[in-house]
Amino acid sequence: MPLLEVKDLKVYFPIKGGILARTVDHVKAVDGVSFIIEPGQTVGLIGESGSGKSTIGKSVVGLAKLYGGSILYNGEDITKYIGKNRSSYRRGVQMIFQDVYSSLDPKRRVLDLVAEPLRNFEKLTRAEERKKVDELLAIVGLGPENAMKYPHEFSGGQRQRIGIARAVALRPKLIIADEPVSALDLSVQAQVLNYLKIIQQEFRLAYLFISHDLGVVRFMCDHLLIMHRGRFVETGNRQDVYEDARHIYTRQLIAAIPDPDPDMKDEKRTLRDRVGKEYDDLKDKHYSEDGRVFDLKKLSDTHCVALP
Amino acid sequence: MSGNILEIKNLVTSFRIRGDYYAAVDGVSLEIKPNEVFAIVGESGCGKSALALSILRLHKGFYTKVEGSIFFKGRDLLSLRDDELNDVRGKEIGMIFQDPLTALNPLMKIGAQIEESLTIHTDYTAAQRAERTLELLNSVGMPRPGLVYGQYPHELSGGMRQRAMIAIALVCKPSVVIADEPTTALDVTIQAQILDLLRDLQRQTQSAVILITHDLSVVAEMAHRVAVMYAGQIVELADARELFHNPKHPYTRSLLESNPSSSSSGEGFLHVIEGMVPNLDRLPRSGCRFSPRIPWIPDDAHEADPTYRTVAPGHLVLCSCHEHFRFSDERGTSHALA
Repeated sequence: MPLLEVKDLKVYFPIKGGILARTVDHVKAVDGVSFIIEPGQTVGLIGESGSGKSTIGKSVVGLAKLYGGSILYNGEDITKYIGKNRSSYRRGVQMIFQDVYSSLDPKRRVLDLVAEPLRNFEKLTRAEERKKVDELLAIVGLGPENAMKYPHEFSGGQRQRIGIARAVALRPKLIIADEPVSALDLSVQAQVLNYLKIIQQEFRLAYLFISHDLGVVRFMCDHLLIMHRGRFVETGNRQDVYEDARHIYTRQLIAAIPDPDPDMKDEKRTLRDRVGKEYDDLKDKHYSEDGRVFDLKKLSDTHCVALP
Repeated sequence: MSGNILEIKNLVTSFRIRGDYYAAVDGVSLEIKPNEVFAIVGESGCGKSALALSILRLHKGFYTKVEGSIFFKGRDLLSLRDDELNDVRGKEIGMIFQDPLTALNPLMKIGAQIEESLTIHTDYTAAQRAERTLELLNSVGMPRPGLVYGQYPHELSGGMRQRAMIAIALVCKPSVVIADEPTTALDVTIQAQILDLLRDLQRQTQSAVILITHDLSVVAEMAHRVAVMYAGQIVELADARELFHNPKHPYTRSLLESNPSSSSSGEGFLHVIEGMVPNLDRLPRSGCRFSPRIPWIPDDAHEADPTYRTVAPGHLVLCSCHEHFRFSDERGTSHALA
């Protein structure tokens, strides 16, 4: 049984209009996507800003109202619990946020920040709690002396590590990581990515890794979901997507990754120009008349692409 | 002026923290040639933006002290009066900022913002200004330039705003363009478009571009020459090809190694540099500034007073510690976590 199964998820945001502010239309932020995450797997969700990738992440943790579809966690539909007690789900699914400056309460000490999920779900004595927090901080490479400090005393990378310690406090099974390293410098980014991998091995965690950086995704993820206009254009493993991309949008995305080798820059440019031209020529064949992405079709066991 | 368009000599830019001044740029000397893309790369806090802003003296004077000299066409920009400098700003040296939404005026139409420089620096008539602006909007690849001319920044997408910024920087045909993280706020596909555009425009206009970035892949795509900055100093300077194929300084090599795009497989871990960039007021001011981050290199491998050494034509490296630096010396896997 998969850990998480998302079926035909739809999240529409209403557009209000008229004097009575009635809903006149919808923005289809997520328009019918399905995917599964197995225990211990890292699934990458890639797309441009506005493609709906963060909305998927939010709806999985229950922060967005669904228009349609279902989300099954361990085979149980969590959407019917909205507003009710979902404690096993709440414990099992945690989130790591992009902005490390706004996601930690500046007025609370690290001890309180990391202990908050423990206080919500476990009854620990003060000493036990402190011991647990120190353990959690040690996992992300921070010493116990840091527990009494405030977030502003830390650098961006350290803050993200506090965010990770907090997310793993309840031993979750799934972590939604929404652009966890986009705001970080290269060397710090490497550090945080390494920690995410180590914690994954230690706790057999699954990640839904949301990112626009295809370099990071290639390093982190087993299975990739490429998103465009609220739908998936292509899904597959690393090899399917990076070596054998079929959808014109995926090809354009991959051509846009800058190459860290200066000898390749002219080649890369020619490739980009060619793919760009291809995109203009073939646009009509890859999208329906109203610009919608087609339904996914299976090419192999792992590889799916949205073509008519 | 020995063929250089811009010569920075021993630049020290210091910020005041609690009454004392601390140098964010600490003794940087650079020569920018005409018609080249010169990249300055480093992580946040290394002083690269402080350096870029010093060139046009855009720092707040109250908190900042800029010393040294910056020669542009035979004049020292740092000794010019403000009104003299205003003739250079925007006219001979253009600037592209990172975040187009905060850099553009939200209350002015795009066309008017581009024309502003022309009104100040040229005696074009209104019709000539409009013509030049439309021509420029076209050449920066703006879709529907006629419409955009009369639109406000909030009506444009991020990529289009960045194109408008580029148009503003280029409108007076400057001989130097400073681009401070021009694509950092953009999506990958838009980033690729903007980089291609900048490169094409640079080839057409033959102006020198100073590209400030933290992204080594962007450097590889764009630059002819590269300076790597760490803790206010340039630690390595070389041609782009030389730097990527034959990096010497431990910092440069570590940065290249920690880039997930270059280690393509998902196996193993990324290289991590031990410790962190020290705060400005706690920066060691003597000896090799990178030494605390490579503690396994013995002290006597560093120079007491680091100097630049030429390792190949045009390739300079600060301090002698690079001769002793090998990744294999790192202590086991625990180091990957430092």
